[in-house]
Amino acid sequence: MWSFHKWFERHSLILIVGILLVVSIGGLVQITPLFFIESTIERVDGVRPYTPLELAGRRVYIREGCYVCHSQMIRPLRDEVERYGHYSLAAESMYDHPFQWGSKRSGPDLARVGGRYSDEWHRAHLVDPRSVVPESVMPPYAFLANADVDATQMDDHVRTNRLLNVPYTDEQLANAETDALAQAQPMGEHAFDFEQRYPGVAVRDFDGNPERVTEMDALIAYLQMLGTGVDFNAYQADTPENRR
Amino acid sequence: MSDKRERDEISGTETTGHEWDGLKELDTPLPRWWLYVFYGSILISIVYWVLMPAWPLANGYTRGTLNWSDRANVAADVQSLRAARMPMFERLGQASAETIAADPELQEFARAAGESVFGDNCRTCHGAGGAGAPGYPVLADDVWIWGGTLADIEHTLRVGVRSTHPDTRMSQMPAFGRDGLLTPAQVSDVTEHVISISSARDRLAPDAGAAARGAIVYAEQCALCHGATGAGDRAQGAPSLADDVWLYGSERADIRSQIELGRGGVMPSWEARFDAGTLRALAYYVHELGGGEPDAPPPAAPATEASAPSQ
Repeated sequence: MWSFHKWFERHSLILIVGILLVVSIGGLVQITPLFFIESTIERVDGVRPYTPLELAGRRVYIREGCYVCHSQMIRPLRDEVERYGHYSLAAESMYDHPFQWGSKRSGPDLARVGGRYSDEWHRAHLVDPRSVVPESVMPPYAFLANADVDATQMDDHVRTNRLLNVPYTDEQLANAETDALAQAQPMGEHAFDFEQRYPGVAVRDFDGNPERVTEMDALIAYLQMLGTGVDFNAYQADTPENRR
Repeated sequence: MSDKRERDEISGTETTGHEWDGLKELDTPLPRWWLYVFYGSILISIVYWVLMPAWPLANGYTRGTLNWSDRANVAADVQSLRAARMPMFERLGQASAETIAADPELQEFARAAGESVFGDNCRTCHGAGGAGAPGYPVLADDVWIWGGTLADIEHTLRVGVRSTHPDTRMSQMPAFGRDGLLTPAQVSDVTEHVISISSARDRLAPDAGAAARGAIVYAEQCALCHGATGAGDRAQGAPSLADDVWLYGSERADIRSQIELGRGGVMPSWEARFDAGTLRALAYYVHELGGGEPDAPPPAAPATEASAPSQ
C-alpha cells in the first residue's frame, strides 16, 4: 500500500491525472445528472425570450451592477412569498444568460417588480430615487435618460442568445435592430411588425420621451416584464411534478 | 531523500522518514478531537442521505425518508396562514365600512392587514400614511378623483387607473398646449379662469380680464369633463377644480403646465396579486386614512381560490 502510494506521489503526471479523476467525481455525480433528469427540468407556460429592447435593458441592469444590491429570487419562504409574491421558479430564468438571482438585498427583490409600479414611477425613481422613496439609499441613474440605446449590437446579442438555445426565430434575429427601437415607439412605422413578432408584449414609450429610444426605455421595459410571464392563478403548485 | 523513519528526540514524535539535506519532517498525528469530528461528519452525512433528498439517480433523485420539500413546506405555511386569516377575511368580504367600524376585532384586523400590504406595495408611490407626492394622489384627505366610498376604492384597487386591466378606470386629459389645441395665450387665460373658480383664488389672485376670456375657452374645452363650475366628475375621473388640491402642484406655473401637458398617472391593477379579503382590508385601510366616504354595503366578494402560495 505505502510503496504504491510512494510511487504515485513521486510521478507528477500520474498524480495530476489521479487528482483530476477524483476531483471530477463530485461534478460528474452531483451536476451532470441534473441536465438530464426529467424531474429537475421545470416546464411552465408563459415564459418567453426577452425582446431586443428588454435584452438591452438587461445589459444596462448588468452593466450598472443592479444585481449587487437587488436579487431576483423569491425564495420559498413564507415571509418572502407574503411580501413579493409567488416564489421564483427555475424556469422563469431559463432565458437568462447569465441569471440575475443575486445574493444580496440592499434594495428589495425585483423578481416580480413587473407591473407593480407605473413607468412614470420608475422614471422618477431612476432619476432621483429619494423623490419617491425618501429612505432609499439607491444612487441616481438620471443619465440613462440621455443615453441612446445602441441598437446596432442587438442582432449580435440575439444571435448569441440563440447559440445558447434561446428560441429566437430567424425573423426575430433579422429584425433585432429595428425591433429594439420599435418597442418604445408605439406610433412608429415598425410597431405593427414588432407586435406580430412578439405577440402580447407591451409596446410603450417607457421613458416618456417620444423623440428618442434611450437606455431608460430599455431598463424600464426590462423591469416591467420581470416575473410577469407565468400566470400563477393557473400554475398548479400542488402537483407532484411541481413539488421539489 | 531517505526513507528512514525514526523518533525525534526533542518532540518524541516519529518523523516521516523523509530527509532533505539534513532537514527531517515530523509526522505529527492529527489531534484526536479533530479526527473524531471528521468521522462524526461522515456519519452525519450518511444519516442526511437517508433522511433528506441527496443523490441524483438516472431518472429522479433519492427523496429521503422525511419527504422534505421546500415548496411543500412553504405551501403548507402559507395555507395555515391563510386558514388562520380566513374567518376574518370572510367576515370582511361581507362587511361595509360601517359594520367594520362597529366591530373592534374586525376593524383591528382590517387595519393591520391593510397597513402591512399598503407598506409593501402602495407606500412607494402614495407615500407613508397616504401623504401623496406630485403626480400621486394624497389618500389621507377627503378629495377623491374616482370616488371615496369603500366600494369605489376597492374597485380602483382591482382595476387600476390607465392600467393594463381590461376594465381599467380610464381618463385622458388632452395636452392642450403641447398638442396645439389652445394657443399659449388661451392656456394662460384658462389658467386664470381655473384659479378663479378654485379656492386658490385668494392665494393666487387671478387676473379678472384673463379669467373672463378663459371662461369662454373653459366652457368649450373643459366643462364637459370638469363641469361648468369645476366641480369635477368622478364617473369620468375628472378631478374637482373647485378646491385647492392639485395633483401636479399648486402654483400658477404648475396649474398652467398641467393644462399644457394633460398628464395622467398610471396605477397598476392589484386584482391578480391579492385575494378578495386582502383587497377589502387594503380598501378599508385607505378609506380610513382620513377621507373615506360612507357607502351602501358592497356586494359580497367570494374568496378567490388561487393556488396555494400565490398572493
